[in-house]
Order: sequence, then C-alpha cells, then structure tokens
Amino acid sequence: MSDESARDAGFDDWLDAAETGDAYYLECPAGHTSLPPRRLCPTCGAAALDERPLPETGEIETFTVTHVPTPAFEDDAPYATAIADFGPIRVTGQVVDLDPDAVDTGLPVELDVTSSETTGERVLGFKTV
Amino acid sequence: MTGVRVAGTGLTPFGNAPERTSRDLFAEASSAAFADSGVPREDVEAVFYGNFMGELAEHQGHQGPLMAEAAGVRAPATRYESACASSGMAVRDAVMRVRNGEHDVVLVGGAERMTNLGTAGATEALAIAADELWEVRAGMTFPGAYALMAKAYFDEFGGGREDLAHVAVKNHENALPNEKAQYQKSIEVAEVLDAPTVSSPLSLYDACPLSDGASALVLTSEAYAEEHDIDAPVAITGTGQGGDRMALHDREFLARSPAAREAGEEAYADAGIGAGDVDVAEVHDCFTIAEVLALEALDLEPVGEGITAARDGRTTADGDTPINLSGGLKAKGHPVGATGASQIAEVSKLLAGTHPNSEPVADATTGVAHNAGGTVASATVHVLEVAE
Ligand SMILES: [Zn+2]
Repeated sequence: MSDESARDAGFDDWLDAAETGDAYYLECPAGHTSLPPRRLCPTCGAAALDERPLPETGEIETFTVTHVPTPAFEDDAPYATAIADFGPIRVTGQVVDLDPDAVDTGLPVELDVTSSETTGERVLGFKTV
Repeated sequence: MTGVRVAGTGLTPFGNAPERTSRDLFAEASSAAFADSGVPREDVEAVFYGNFMGELAEHQGHQGPLMAEAAGVRAPATRYESACASSGMAVRDAVMRVRNGEHDVVLVGGAERMTNLGTAGATEALAIAADELWEVRAGMTFPGAYALMAKAYFDEFGGGREDLAHVAVKNHENALPNEKAQYQKSIEVAEVLDAPTVSSPLSLYDACPLSDGASALVLTSEAYAEEHDIDAPVAITGTGQGGDRMALHDREFLARSPAAREAGEEAYADAGIGAGDVDVAEVHDCFTIAEVLALEALDLEPVGEGITAARDGRTTADGDTPINLSGGLKAKGHPVGATGASQIAEVSKLLAGTHPNSEPVADATTGVAHNAGGTVASATVHVLEVAE
C-alpha cells in the first residue's frame, strides 16, 4: 500500500491499459514472457521486450478466500484472491463479481480493474466470463 | 578451507513481548550464546545480524552497528534482510567468511519485534515480503499466499486440511518440553479444523503465531576451537542458497519450492551427504503446508507424498526422520529475523545431546536447517554434523 500520489510508472500504465481492454504482456526474442515494469527479460536479460496483447480470457488456477486482510482491505474481507492463467502469463487478482464461496478453479475470467472498498485505490480484479 | 564449529547458542523466549526492543532481545540472546560458548566477546571479528521489519516495527534502520553495540561487541556489523530467511542468510555469509579464513570468531543471529504492531499491522508488515505491485495490491496477504499454494497442492497431489492439521499437532507436541517455545500446549486435529479461517484452506492453527524474540550463535573456526579448548562438538559442514521469481504467479510450479531444492542440493553436496543421511531437521513451517513443501524440496519425502508424513508418523518424534523437534515456527514461534539462526541453534543442540528433545534422536549425527523467505523466493539450507 502506498499513500503517495505519485504513480508507479509501468504498473499504473498497465492498469490504465487494462481498464480500456488493452492489457498486454511483455515478450523477449527468446519467447520468455513477463509483466511490467521491466527493462530486461527476467529469464534471459534481453532488452528487446515487445508488448503483446494479453488473451482476453484466463482460467482460475488456484484461489483463497482471505478473512484476515491487511488494513488496506479491511472493509473488503472476506474476499477471494486468485491466480489466473492467461496462457503466456499468470496474474494475481481479486475475484470481484462472485460470492467468495462460489469461486472455483477452472472458472474462466477476464480482467476487471476495480477499487478497494477500504481505500478506493485501484485493485486488479477478475470477473467471470 | 577450514571447518566451522558452533561454539555457543542463545535464544530468548519466543512469544508475546510487545514492549521489548529488538536491541534488548538481541542483547539477551547474544549474552546467552557467549556464556554457552566460553568465547570472550573481544575475540569476535564480525557480526552478522538478520532482521526483516525493523523499519516498520521500530522505525529503525541501520541495525548492524546498533546490534553489535547491544551485544557488547566492538566489531564490524552487517544487517541481512531476506524476509523470513534473513538470519539464514546471515549464517551462510558467516560460515563462508570463517571457512575462507577471513575470521576465526563471529557472532551471528537475528531478532524481530512484531507483536507491538498488532495483528493488522503485522499482517501488513509481513506482506512486504511479496511483490507489492502485483500481489499485495491485489489483496494477497502472507497467509493468503501460502493458502494459494496449499489449494494448488491439494488439487495437484491430493490431501487436505486434516493432513495439514497433523503437522500442527506434531509440532505442538514437540514444543511441550521446549521452555523457549511460544506455545507449550498440545492441540487436537479437531481444534485445527474448527479454528477460524485466516485464508482458506488455512485456519488460525495452520499458521505460526506473531512472535517477538532473538537468536544468536557464536561460530568459530575449527582451529580456534581446538587452540582455545572450546567445547564445540557440532560443525556446520554444508551451506546452500536458492532463489526464485518473486511473485508466486511467475513460478513454474505453484505447489513446489525450487529455491529450497536448489539450496538443499547445494548444501548436501557441500557437506558430501545425501538426503538419506539426514537424521533430523528443522524446516521452515510458517504454515503447515510450508513444512510439506520443505520436506519435498529437501528430498526427505517424494514430491506429492510429504502431505502424509506427519499423519503417518514418518516425521513425528518417534518417526524415521523427526522434523521440527523444537516445535517449529508453528509452536516455538516465528520472530521472523531470528528464525534462521534459531534453527541452527536447535539442530546443534539436538545433535550435541543437550536439547530437551535430544532423546528421540540420540544416535543422530547429521541434521539440516531450512529457512525460507516469503513464498520461498529465497531460501537457505545448512547441514550440521557431529564432529567429535
Ligand atoms: Zn528472455
């Protein structure tokens, strides 16, 4: 959690892109994939990273329903956090449109940038397809 | 290359002491280690100190010199931070420094003050071990991260909450004679299963507590121990370190710990042993599932089978390879920065026959300590052996 007004370059740009349906991932010439902010491929160090469109739909690979949150999510709990597989990359996000008890592995999801009920800060979320 | 001996160990009680400063905690632990070792403070040539969240808990950075001062030692001091593996890293660097002949006597250890932050504050502080942008801002907590791994493990290999509950029950049982442990009380499987959920599938009793405490070791070269007639029957014969991608979602496997495997392989090779030689181990059970993943990463259990080890008695005190005879992080407590060095202290005493739980491992000659940072983006493994 950061209460500073400065943006996190790369990360906030990515959230902006996700909000308009233009989320992307980075790929190096050897085909290694990653998420920004990056100057270098974390796998091989290559500097030539291309932005490629993120597949629209991912699948929940694992999840948890958190009952004891950090103060930044005090009013949001209980909430489901999931890791969803989008193919070239996986992403961690909050499942926002389902009762936490209804979340399951294998569910198809798409990105949905929402906000914390506690702080109003942007939160990377998933909604079911 | 010279051998490294554990000349003395010292621990504070682990538990709830919100008013105690980390400098006071480390002063107590280091004093106990010096008293145990018979090594004079003035012989210490360097201090290696592990701490994770001192900036958040005490608004205190630059802790190396502060802790040397607290320990009454005039020597160069460095603070190591690698989340929950902070003092494992400190031990590793200290071992390498003694081995290469740079130093003959070093003070190693760590401390953490946590309970003064309260549950919400400590949950927030612990979360900084994860990727702030991609994990924490999505609401992932430290228990939440291990819960994601536990769920992935159940889905890939089977097993469930009851199997994990047996890990908690075992470690509580082991802590009963350990006077330094935070919880000296037995628990039942049903209590673990009925405890409030922290982050599903993990309950409060799957999680280690918030703890205040410190650990310290006096390590010497083999030559120094001999020359000064220091009673130091246990040697650190292997050291290893592994690393992994920071965010869990960037790892190849969600239910394995390759960093711990890497560290274990390096430490075993360094000591010239194999997993089959390990008689006893202290592994990083910040959550019950973490013990399972550690056993598999260290080749003490085949991948996918560690989940049944406690339930089937392979890792209990009377089992083939007793795990966490101290009570582990689960019952002994987990003052984060103190944990890695405290595990070395426990294994050393278990092998020397001076631990309250030495009896089940009376013939043990080889022990292992496994310390993990965050969701195991960093890990250290050390091998200890009876030297004489
Ligand atoms: Zn690459």
